[in-house]
Amino acid sequence: MGETVKVIGAFDSPFSHRAEVALRLKGVPYELLLEDLGNKSDLLLKHNPIHKKVPVLLHGDRTIPESLVIVEYVDEAFQGPPLLPADPFDRATARFWARFLDDKCSTPFWLSLWTEGEVQQGFMKEIKGNLKLLEGQLKGKRFFGGDTIGLVDIAASGFAHWLPLFEEVAGVTLATPEEFPDLCRWGKDYTSHDTVKQCLPDRATLLARFTAKKDMFVSTVKSMAPKS
Amino acid sequence: MMKRNLTTHHSATLSAMERQEEDEDRVKLFGFWSSPYVYKVEWALRIKGIQYDYIEENLENKSDQLLEYNPVHKKVPVLIYQGKPIAESEVILEFIDEAWKHHGDRILPEDPYDRAMARFWVRFGKDTLSPPIWKWFTTQGQEQEAAYAAAVEQLQILEKELDGKRFFAGEKMGLVDLSLGPFSYIIPIYEEITGVKLIKEEKLPSLLAWMDNFLNSSIVREHLPPMDKLKLRCQAIREAFLKNTN
Repeated sequence: MGETVKVIGAFDSPFSHRAEVALRLKGVPYELLLEDLGNKSDLLLKHNPIHKKVPVLLHGDRTIPESLVIVEYVDEAFQGPPLLPADPFDRATARFWARFLDDKCSTPFWLSLWTEGEVQQGFMKEIKGNLKLLEGQLKGKRFFGGDTIGLVDIAASGFAHWLPLFEEVAGVTLATPEEFPDLCRWGKDYTSHDTVKQCLPDRATLLARFTAKKDMFVSTVKSMAPKS
Repeated sequence: MMKRNLTTHHSATLSAMERQEEDEDRVKLFGFWSSPYVYKVEWALRIKGIQYDYIEENLENKSDQLLEYNPVHKKVPVLIYQGKPIAESEVILEFIDEAWKHHGDRILPEDPYDRAMARFWVRFGKDTLSPPIWKWFTTQGQEQEAAYAAAVEQLQILEKELDGKRFFAGEKMGLVDLSLGPFSYIIPIYEEITGVKLIKEEKLPSLLAWMDNFLNSSIVREHLPPMDKLKLRCQAIREAFLKNTN
């Protein structure tokens, strides 16, 4: 093949990480183009005009947006260790939990960090319930994918690396090792994995950035949360 | 002709083990008569020529079986294959394509890039197009006008993607067609109830033609929900929403 592979990404973004880790696990070299999401480049707007979001994968003359779509594309377009299981039923199960993470976990997680009082309690209960369901899928395995990292691990990576950071910035506790032993153990295994480590943004930098943005997060959420 | 088999008790002439084996091999689908998500799965099964047992759920009184098979979402559709459940319509559609790869037509294309694009447009339909259409149907006044404008904007993006093709997948229908397909009868129902046209010929000619192509295709026209009953249900839904906001 030998066509150029580039990722339009952003330093802070767990979605951007998904695209990078998929490529690295497959052994595909790529160039990372970092966006300043406060000042989006013409390149990003050209390649993702509909959503204007990162990540976007550029492979030769092909453009692929949406992080989980990118992960499945990387799995199918390149040789290398599979990111999804072989059996159709197991593949369906993996896709189910990857979607669960995006459809049911992202929003309550974000809202549980930056709201207050009863509203916050509600979101915390929701995200903790969903994380418990997710944890149940580990079933004593090292990774959701079994011995190797797969689609669900990649989809859940935000909860491995970004969750503890956001908990610190927001002063909120969502997933303690006592309440979520398997999930926390998985988080450590994921973030310390040799390939994963190469494309995880530095913790200290993230912490500083998110702390600086805290007020902005709170005010954005205020306009999102249901009016009482 | 494709027929669903409504659940019946098996013949007493089979031994208990044969019955269990036969039972486990049968594909089952838990559904609800008005659910567009269920229809997507049924059309996909028909494309593949797969026989299945259909179990109608009462969504106000969900069966123990459904709750056992889909504990996370407690929703239909749920497909049961060899005794194991698969939930979420888009996941089920991809499963059907992979489990019965060599039966009937492919639902997803072969090429990885085309597959990625199909998945992208399915997400678009769900995350970006559906919400303003639903909002338009369930609100009134300024809120409805804003939702209408947002829906038209997204429909124009879809129009550009369709670009005069017979189906989103080309000459034959595919994943995106199945996923967006219910709009082909739901939008006209919404238009009739609200008295407002969402898909106008001057602005969205390809989409209008696509809706026709989809509804008239051999797979779909043999299996659609009862329209009068559906209209009444949609009407009741709109009324309930409007009541709640007053």
